[in-house]
Amino acid sequence: MDLGWLVLVSILKIAFVIGVLLLLFAPVLVLAERRQSAFFQDRLGPYMGGFPMPRALLDAIPYLVLGAYVVAALCGVMFAISLAMVATGNGQDVLFTEPVFGIEHTWGGLMLVFFPLAVIHLVAAKILPFLFFDGRLTIFGGLHALFDAIKAFTKEDIVPPRGDKFLHSIAPIIAMVPAFATAAVIPFGPTIYVDYLLEQLPADGAIGGTAIDIQVANLNIGILYIFAIAGTGIIGAAIAGYASDNKYALLGGLRAASQMVSYEVTLGLSLVPMFMLYDSLMLPDMIRWQGEHVWGVLVNPLAFVLFFTASIAEYKRVPFDAPEGESEIVAGYFLEYSSGKWLMYMMGEFIEVAVSSAIIAVVFLGGWEVPFLTRAGWEAFGYRFDLTGTGFDVVSNVANSHLFIIIVQVVAFLAKVMVLALISIQVRWTLPRFRYDQIMSLCWKLILPLSLVNILVTGIFVLLFQQMGW
Amino acid sequence: MAYAIKKPGRTVADQSYVVEAVKGLGVTFKRFFQNTIGPAENRKTATIRYPEETREYPERFRGVHRLTHRVDGSPRCVACLCCSTACPAQCIYIEPAEYEADDPRHGYERYPRVFVIDELRCIFCGFCVEACPCDAIRMDTGTHVPASWKREHFIFDKETLMSIPGKDGTYVTANPRHEPGDPTHPGLDRDKAH
Ligand code: SF4
Ligand code: SF4
Repeated sequence: MDLGWLVLVSILKIAFVIGVLLLLFAPVLVLAERRQSAFFQDRLGPYMGGFPMPRALLDAIPYLVLGAYVVAALCGVMFAISLAMVATGNGQDVLFTEPVFGIEHTWGGLMLVFFPLAVIHLVAAKILPFLFFDGRLTIFGGLHALFDAIKAFTKEDIVPPRGDKFLHSIAPIIAMVPAFATAAVIPFGPTIYVDYLLEQLPADGAIGGTAIDIQVANLNIGILYIFAIAGTGIIGAAIAGYASDNKYALLGGLRAASQMVSYEVTLGLSLVPMFMLYDSLMLPDMIRWQGEHVWGVLVNPLAFVLFFTASIAEYKRVPFDAPEGESEIVAGYFLEYSSGKWLMYMMGEFIEVAVSSAIIAVVFLGGWEVPFLTRAGWEAFGYRFDLTGTGFDVVSNVANSHLFIIIVQVVAFLAKVMVLALISIQVRWTLPRFRYDQIMSLCWKLILPLSLVNILVTGIFVLLFQQMGW
Repeated sequence: MAYAIKKPGRTVADQSYVVEAVKGLGVTFKRFFQNTIGPAENRKTATIRYPEETREYPERFRGVHRLTHRVDGSPRCVACLCCSTACPAQCIYIEPAEYEADDPRHGYERYPRVFVIDELRCIFCGFCVEACPCDAIRMDTGTHVPASWKREHFIFDKETLMSIPGKDGTYVTANPRHEPGDPTHPGLDRDKAH
């Protein structure tokens, strides 16, 4: 692998990670934050933002829907025909005798093409009318987040006249950068063996050729890097409080700093049992262990609860949001921020939600692993999903191919992260805030001792199992 | 007699917080799914998409004024100035005029050459409607004065007021009128009392 190739791949990976964070998680979470809360409070939430659409397009929507239904029906019919052809066994050479695009048994291939086409058109026909509202393209209110951001960004940027201008400007950057930097070690998917994309991989053994991890950097200190970088976020909050020339902001900054320092400790300690279990600090290794055995949350649920709590507290989210308690210290350490800088704090917060959910998904929920899906394909209790020789073999060829498995696993990982993030946003809207002394005593008097006990007990069991040769 | 209120005891589950937190999440999630993907009749959503969707105002809501029509499309108003006299905000301005000499109503009643309501000064008390002896001014439009960015847009003249239909979409009121010349007309006018 020469240097240019390496640089290109790295840039692509960074672009992928930042793209996922900024284009997928940030808007979805901003929207979830605002509409999820609205929905269970019996409100509709913000939905207005949208682009005006030309009259002609709006008038054409019923016809487009009709067209989509027609296409879906045609694809369904074609799917049924090809299914019948394959099932009756004479699918080989009724119409096509030659393989097309390297896929033999052309009817089987057609089957695989027409099924998704039919589904896509059906879904499109169902959701198309709801993408528009009152002559605007709103995407179920999804564009509102974009307009919120534009509005916030174009507002006046105020620096307190007696505040420290330099520190005031640099604090949001210090607070936001760690959120992105921690994403660097998160594995979004398994290793890609570029040379074997369309083939089925062997179940075990080394695989040659070019291999790319879907991870910006696979550091051998792995998760310690996350703790280290996340710890620097404290500085952003503390500096913001200091530079704002505002007592409330200063109090907020102090609270943020002491809370984050405290939970930093528990955050690390609550994960130590998992390191002992997985025998590694590298995130992909943890995921592989869980793929071979069971998900971490089943092995050590206590660690899951402790880490989940500690990570919410570490990222200052409700119910641990004393640093920005509106009732006491207004908006806390970012009280004096407006416009783009304020947006940076918000953005950083949402990225942190995504990143901490990703860490939980990796350590406790098996990361990209999907049950019964191995590197070599779908497999349950020793039975492989394999239809060779039945006429449907092209189905199992595609389902077991390396590329398809990668796509399934990346999507599964993103789905796990999204579900966790939505749950933590729901936590935000459900639980009332703790008092500040409760936050601290929860940390030092409960979570810390419990995680120490957890380390001890897990250590005993790990040693026991090693002695027994498991 | 003072009596002690028994405090509810706390179980271990309450005290550990985790169980109760999960229960609370269950409540909010249930409500969330009920209001989003649940069947429409179970949804409890209380808000609407306001400017695009509107709620029906109550039956007796006093909305923007309208001037009712006669069957021939002319205003029912006889320019008696009762409404502008009654108006506490003094926002009605009427210039009465005589019908043309060949009109059967000439010498019998007048009509408003100018009829203006300043909807920004109006307090929507409805006194004008109460005062009108002819059922010529009504506030049964079921809608409010539309928002605008110019003060002039709120000065509603006769044509504007006559162009607003009632809630039921009609311009002529159900109260019958007895025009001069109709058999039902009592035959009185300003010159001769029978
Ligand atoms: S509603 Fe009241 S204030 Fe408005 S025009 Fe009629 S009498 Fe005047
Ligand atoms: S609207 Fe009614 S009260 Fe007002 S001037 Fe006309 S007839 Fe008289």
